[in-house]
Amino acid sequence: MSAVPGSDRLPAGLGTASAARGKSRGKPGTSTNWLLYALLFLGIVLVVGPFLWMLLGAFKPQAEFLRNPPTFLPDAPTLDNYQRLVERLDFPRFFFNSTVVAAAVTVGNLIFTPMLGYALAKLRWRGKGIVLAVVLATLMVPAGVTLIPNFVLMSSLDLVNTYPGLILPFLAGPFGVFLMRQFMQGVPDELLEAARIDGAGEWRTFWSVVMPLATPVLATLGILTFLGSWNGFLYPLIMATEPQMYTLPVALATFATGQFQADHGMLMAGSVILVVPVLIVFILFQRWITEGIATTGLKG
Amino acid sequence: MATELVQRKPTPAAPAAAGRSRLREDLIGWSFAAPFVILFGIFLAGPILASFVLSFTSFGLRDLTNPIGTTFVGLQNYIELLGDEKFRKSLLNTAYFVVVGVPLTLILGLLIANALNRGVNKFKTFFRVGYYIPVITSIVAIAVIWRFLLNPDVGLINITLERFGIAGPNWLGDPVLAMPSIIAMAVWRGLGFTMIVFLAGLQSIPTSLYEAASIDGATRWQAFRHVTVPMLRPTILFLTVITTIGYLQLFEEPFVMTGGGPLDSTLSISMYMYQEGFAFFHQGYAAAIAYVLFLLVALVALIQFRLIRSEA
Repeated sequence: MSAVPGSDRLPAGLGTASAARGKSRGKPGTSTNWLLYALLFLGIVLVVGPFLWMLLGAFKPQAEFLRNPPTFLPDAPTLDNYQRLVERLDFPRFFFNSTVVAAAVTVGNLIFTPMLGYALAKLRWRGKGIVLAVVLATLMVPAGVTLIPNFVLMSSLDLVNTYPGLILPFLAGPFGVFLMRQFMQGVPDELLEAARIDGAGEWRTFWSVVMPLATPVLATLGILTFLGSWNGFLYPLIMATEPQMYTLPVALATFATGQFQADHGMLMAGSVILVVPVLIVFILFQRWITEGIATTGLKG
Repeated sequence: MATELVQRKPTPAAPAAAGRSRLREDLIGWSFAAPFVILFGIFLAGPILASFVLSFTSFGLRDLTNPIGTTFVGLQNYIELLGDEKFRKSLLNTAYFVVVGVPLTLILGLLIANALNRGVNKFKTFFRVGYYIPVITSIVAIAVIWRFLLNPDVGLINITLERFGIAGPNWLGDPVLAMPSIIAMAVWRGLGFTMIVFLAGLQSIPTSLYEAASIDGATRWQAFRHVTVPMLRPTILFLTVITTIGYLQLFEEPFVMTGGGPLDSTLSISMYMYQEGFAFFHQGYAAAIAYVLFLLVALVALIQFRLIRSEA
């Protein structure tokens, strides 16, 4: 055991915070540090590389995919892939479907889950304990379990291949309740008392005092719900069997495993349409997403 | 003060008034809870029970027009599952995916989080965002991209190997290599999530612990092993449970990349349930498969919580 913490004996990244503070921060640019940056950058290249490949590939004509050695940048950039997506496969329609479903699911969750979260955290009512236990117990139930009965239910209601069929089962998500209840517990009772003394009823208190306070949590929940719905696959796969009701993931998976499976350019372009809106949302709101997940995930 | 005390004493009229206000509280509470509870009951809690009932029936395509008229077959679906070679295969494949994939996702996530937490001050947000991108991306799109990267003839991976004189295999077309390829992709996608959660966990470890370790002459590895890892135990538990439960439900990757093949080598439990329920319309049988998956998920959560509690 050396007296000095062995800063160079171990691979970068296995060290401790104090070692980092004592050494690397005092002397930025030590060899370990450079190695660390290099490894992290290499990792980023490996993680982001496939997306770059997709973005560039979407502009390549089919012939260019078969060339060896492959081209990195498109040799003869073309919009042909996108044009076929629009003209032959009706991707604008799928984009519209995905947007309608995700927006409706998000709005529903932003209204219903804070209401229940508030009732669970701040109100006294009989049945509260059971509701809380049952909702939290379903937090981890696999989606496959509810799939078949929901399909049977939607079939008997004639809602297969309709927007309500794609939206209704997701309007009330247990995750939102978990998140909102946790937030509501932190709202000081004095604040609610003050509103009540001022003559506000429970509804007024909820809408004009509690909800404005909850804006950051609502933003996190809204973004996560939207992304979850936008990317959702198994449920729309069975509930949207007719092409005009496909969402983007269903359309992409169907074409990728069907007659267009070798049409690399078009599949890359389809992936771009599915991925890029999410990337934009993520880069704009990344703080809400990553910090929301880290804090709620841990303190749960 | 005195009058207040007197007033609080139950008078004959008080119980009725208390009952009324209790009722009022119930009404207010339920008016907030009802919209969620109704939707939740119809589309989530109800179906969980209905799925259980369905698993004891021979529900099929014909029953869709008259769901109530289906035939109960007792335990027949479950007995059939016991002897179903394909189901056993799907269990083993899913176990393979989980047992290899979960530790890799956690270890890589922890390594990156630790690297970001200590030596890196610049580009921190850049790294966090970069590693997290695949997590928020549609698995279907990722599977489409990766299938292309793994393409034996025109895929970037084999073309790169060729540069080094290595003849790349047919990754997804080989029964031995298909599952490892899917695991690699899942780990690649999942490590951003474990990284973010580990990062939050690391930041909550008091620096004084590391200072004490350093005064005691601990090496970096010793400090990592005896300070970081024990302090992260709740985070590790949380991530193991969440990742395992997620990975047990493997579906999109084999659906897009292999269709469950070759030779059923990537057929997962969810894939098999989908095939039985929506390709062959054996929905009673598929419900039984779904319930086995449900039990596995519940069991994993239970075992892991027990494990950590007994260790702590």
